[in-house]
Amino acid sequence: MSEASTVGDAARERGVRLVSGLGLATLILVAGVAIAFSVGRFPVTLGDLGVALWSLISGQPSGLAPATEAVIFNIRGPRVVAAILCGAALAVAGAAFQGLFRNPLVSPDILGASSGAALGAVIGIYFSLGIFGIQALAFAGGLLAVALVYLIGSAIRGGDTVLVLVLTGVVIGALLGAGVGLMKYLADPYNQLPAMTFWLLGSLAGTDKSDLLPLFGPVLAGTLVLFALRWRMNVMSLPEEEARALGLATGPIRIAIVAAATLVTAASVAAAGVIGWVGLIVPHLARFIVGPEFGRLIPTAALMGGGYLLIIDTLARSSAQIEIPLGILTAVIGTPFFIWLLVNARKSWS
Amino acid sequence: MNVSRRAFIAACSLLAAPRVARAQSITDGAGRTVTVPARTDRVFPAGPPAAIQHYTLQPRSLLGWPRANRGSELLFLDPEVGTRPELGRLTGRGNTTNLEVLLQLKPDLILDVGSVARTFVETADRVQAQTGIPYALLDGRFDKIAETYRLHGRLTGETARAEELARYCEEVVSTCRSRVATVPAERRPRVYYARGPRGLDTGLGGSINVETIEFMGAINVAGGTRGGLATVSLEQILAWDPEVIVTIDQEFARTVRADPSWAGVRAVRDGRVHLSPKMPFGWVDFPPSVNRMPGLWWLGKLLYPSLFPEDLISVTREFYTRFYHRVPTDPQIAFVLEGRG
Repeated sequence: MSEASTVGDAARERGVRLVSGLGLATLILVAGVAIAFSVGRFPVTLGDLGVALWSLISGQPSGLAPATEAVIFNIRGPRVVAAILCGAALAVAGAAFQGLFRNPLVSPDILGASSGAALGAVIGIYFSLGIFGIQALAFAGGLLAVALVYLIGSAIRGGDTVLVLVLTGVVIGALLGAGVGLMKYLADPYNQLPAMTFWLLGSLAGTDKSDLLPLFGPVLAGTLVLFALRWRMNVMSLPEEEARALGLATGPIRIAIVAAATLVTAASVAAAGVIGWVGLIVPHLARFIVGPEFGRLIPTAALMGGGYLLIIDTLARSSAQIEIPLGILTAVIGTPFFIWLLVNARKSWS
Repeated sequence: MNVSRRAFIAACSLLAAPRVARAQSITDGAGRTVTVPARTDRVFPAGPPAAIQHYTLQPRSLLGWPRANRGSELLFLDPEVGTRPELGRLTGRGNTTNLEVLLQLKPDLILDVGSVARTFVETADRVQAQTGIPYALLDGRFDKIAETYRLHGRLTGETARAEELARYCEEVVSTCRSRVATVPAERRPRVYYARGPRGLDTGLGGSINVETIEFMGAINVAGGTRGGLATVSLEQILAWDPEVIVTIDQEFARTVRADPSWAGVRAVRDGRVHLSPKMPFGWVDFPPSVNRMPGLWWLGKLLYPSLFPEDLISVTREFYTRFYHRVPTDPQIAFVLEGRG
């Protein structure tokens, strides 16, 4: 009797946490979108936004200045969407990797996705490719790097598979970092080197409507795969022997999780450059609110990551005449926040 | 006998004396004293601006280029000097020259044109102490160009040609300055300088990248913030609404006219997006050397068409012939003026 009521209380408490977590995340995101649309270097009022959206629905000309319409539909709109998608992608990938590797210090670039994408992008800049070429190389670089890490890591027999994989990721990541350094060294110092530096700091300044589909496709696909695997991921975050004892074939599932998380990370890095911290902090925050169960963690992390990067990007584009690189802002805001989390939320990792 | 011995001694001293007199001490652009031969035969350029400026002054002694010239760049350079080897760079961002390779080349002068700030002074002192080769540092600022040429001439024993080139530059600079001075402030065009394939990188106020644009009296829309290069958002450009866009990026120049996001910018609507010539060296921005001189005429013509009636084709031909030692053909000049390369 008392036992049953405890189970019921626990379930109710979980339900409350889920609702409050998702609610909070959604609130942040909606507030973020409203702020993001009304703040910027070009004056656009919420009224303008309403008129523009109505003209989109009704098909009638809005009567707004072409520049205002361009800001809403071609510049600020795509950028808001891209910020949400990238933030969600990084947070989901971070949550997946942290669970898979049973380590709270893991971020989406643990297996070399960011370093691979960075090398792809600087090679693209070095050979003066167009925007599409640079992004395609970055995306391919991220996927190839993780594939390489995985192949090497699984070829090494003996010891803790997860540990071997992480170490291989660190080593290959360092090698790819050296490759980036070499390209910067060889680059033309007047033109290519600044372009590489800017790209590596991360920015959504150049986001265009045409960038959204190549971002949305992989992010949606990867997130859906991770969400579908949520129960297995719960088991995977147990020690490997326990997972095996529960009858789970850990190998194929690990590949599926790594592939899905890498897909979303690579798509995000290709679109926005290297943005640290989001994939590290947001999963912690989400876990702090809804707990480590992946069925709740993934949607919460996605919503919070989207909202977080959207707010950061709004700051990046509106606080000064020039853009503040996202990599710098996320670190400046993320570091004190992370320290606060460490002090106050040690219980969240369990 | 006596006479002939005296003549012999005189002849010897004639042979020897110039050799002694050759070593001369000259104060370089950073106030350092360097001892150089009366006439240099092997000059090592420390970076692209030094290579270009030295090529215009004394091509025969240029040992090579920081980066080998390629393809269409070679069409505009002396065939023999233009193809000299790639040497890497000693200063600027990154140092790719091996000092042992440098010694093997046996230069009688290392020349750097650019910043004379402490970092570069100390690099010069250090390399000179390590190699025993005189290392001269010249001020590369745009408004010092004539003075720098004259000093460059004294350092290399090429004073007459240096004077000629310095006079040419002084004349261009003073002509442009006096014409621009007649334009009232409200008639100065508001210019956005675009770099990068998206056109979103720009030179802030006072940056070396927009030095000539600002010299020509244009109002740099990004000039409110001082600094070097930075990225801006398209929204910010729409808010600035520049009348003219100057770019060095072919990809951007090709796509911007058809890009709906840019359609709201006045310069794009008015068809005033200009791709700067870049062959064999850029006319705006980089490398920051004398190659920017014809860029003044080009900028003058697109900013104030009525004040600059000169024919750009003949201006280009004259400059290229005089500074780059090769007469370009009319199709080659057209190629340059279209900003291709």
